[in-house]
Amino acid sequence: MPDSFHIVVCAGIAPDPLQTLEPTTSPNGPGVKNEMLLPAVLDPWAASALYEAANLAAKRPGSRVWLVSLGPKAKLQQLMMIVAQKASFELIPIDGPIGGFTDAHSTAAALAEAIAAIPGLDRTKLLLFGGWESASRGAGITLQLVGERLGITDQFQGVDRIDPREDGSFEVLERVEAGKQQASVFLGAPAVLGWATGNLAEPRNSPQVGMGNMRTIMPALQKANSVKLETNSLRYISVSLPSQQRTTRVVKDLATDEIARELVEWIGAE
Amino acid sequence: MESILVLAHSDETGEQLSKGSLEAVTAGRDLAARLGATLTVGMVCGISGNLAKSLSSAGARLLAVTGEAFAQPRYASDAAACEAICRTAQATIVLAPHSSRFARVMAAVAHRLHGCIDTHVAAIGGTEEIHATRWFYRQRMEAVVTRELRPWFLLLVTGTHSAFVGEAAPVQIEEIAVEVPVLRTTVLGTRAPEQGAILAGTASEGSSQRWETILPDAKLLFVAGAGWTKKQPDGKSHVAEAGELILQFVHAAGASLGSSKSLVDQGGEGTPVLPFLTHLNQVGQTGSTPRHLKGLATCCHGEEPHVVGWRFIGERRAISLDPNCGWTRGKADVVYVADAFQVMERVNALLGTQVPCGVRGGIS
Repeated sequence: MPDSFHIVVCAGIAPDPLQTLEPTTSPNGPGVKNEMLLPAVLDPWAASALYEAANLAAKRPGSRVWLVSLGPKAKLQQLMMIVAQKASFELIPIDGPIGGFTDAHSTAAALAEAIAAIPGLDRTKLLLFGGWESASRGAGITLQLVGERLGITDQFQGVDRIDPREDGSFEVLERVEAGKQQASVFLGAPAVLGWATGNLAEPRNSPQVGMGNMRTIMPALQKANSVKLETNSLRYISVSLPSQQRTTRVVKDLATDEIARELVEWIGAE
Repeated sequence: MESILVLAHSDETGEQLSKGSLEAVTAGRDLAARLGATLTVGMVCGISGNLAKSLSSAGARLLAVTGEAFAQPRYASDAAACEAICRTAQATIVLAPHSSRFARVMAAVAHRLHGCIDTHVAAIGGTEEIHATRWFYRQRMEAVVTRELRPWFLLLVTGTHSAFVGEAAPVQIEEIAVEVPVLRTTVLGTRAPEQGAILAGTASEGSSQRWETILPDAKLLFVAGAGWTKKQPDGKSHVAEAGELILQFVHAAGASLGSSKSLVDQGGEGTPVLPFLTHLNQVGQTGSTPRHLKGLATCCHGEEPHVVGWRFIGERRAISLDPNCGWTRGKADVVYVADAFQVMERVNALLGTQVPCGVRGGIS
């Protein structure tokens, strides 16, 4: 059984969920208006993956966690001021465009290249973590493509839980249809695990962890490689906001019995 | 000239094609008719015979990869099977259901064939070229995209097309031999998510549905918000009663049970929490975006991170004590400004469920 793991977490940047988003068009294609100025968060599913990685690494001394993230260097630096306090990791930044309208194939190629070049990464111990989807592109394919490029043929998506076993294998629960989970056992690293929300609460901020991380994060950001993402013939015909305004009837003074009767009729109506 | 391949797989029973697969067959037939293209359907399953009979009138060439190794959803075997079918069919457009099984492998298959993929496709249009409609930023923007690169894989969201129905008749299937790759993963099967003891005590007798979460076939989505655990007018929280009211309603109405993130997260913060709610119930920015005809939100503020999960809910109603909550701002059709405890107790009574009175105590 490997006594330690090399966990690589792929994580993107997403606009803070409370922000109002508006599409805009630039010579490079569609984007989100003022995206560079909007408050941003580490993508929520990828953040779950990072917390799960840190949790697993803490249980196996000698394990290492890398966070690989593609985005504008300035935005990554801003984000790291918050994320670095949540868990211990080494940052592998890739300086590239922000936003969900870039092509997932090109993004995956850049991530795979960066991961393959991580000094000291032992591929036999590699667990590739990330979100099963993202709050930007939301295609749910980037992590899979990175894994495929790295030649990993044990892949799981919508992961809720993993349990390492004594013999080095893992039991994994993935979300499937009808509110169920598929249980599988894989023999061990290397594997790809695209996390859903996991089971861990967001860790509290730890200034001590943050200070430790920032010692390596700042030099890494300074040395970040820049990438230009190809479109892979992806062309946008239109990008628009959905019409979502409804005419709301606000019922304020109706007796409880009347409300209940109205609801039961509505539920039963075809 | 385009050629269309629809990839399909069996459902959990292994006896028939999944609903999503049959919807993809409908989409493939429509697209092939519109473009004057040939249609092939490729199946990944344990045994193909009965499954393929339902496609006798689909007007398609039928391919299949079968065998014990391909009966269960698993990355290595599914990717090998889909790759083999695609290489045999040589199609330029590949349609498949966006099921957990195919979503796990199809991007890798596209990569192996030097093609490209778009997922969560809700509609396929266009006459001169193919246009795929999908959502970005968690259903907050809708985009129409096209690509010139082929093969182009499109994963179709379930519920966007009608399922293909045809008379069952004997058909000719071309079986493709695939060398089973080295399998390091063993599928144990599907199971219900672990939930709290309260559920076992309240699930209806003989019900096979002893867990409550998002059920795709339910007509109604019931969403519980964090307000259920807040202090009530008597100055105390009544989590146990809230749990019983919610579960009794969900069982009586056969509804999907969703939740806001804030309510699920309370479990990690030492606050009294509804033990049957897990992250699987989350609807919204970091949860699911289910498709139901109707949705009823209770004790939930109706702000954007949560409501993005309601994008595909048809009729929306909400019960909230706050007359200025997010739902009243054009996000619901009807908002009842009322106490959800009282309303749901009466609703349950009308639906004929037993609601114990005077249980307003904390949960242990």
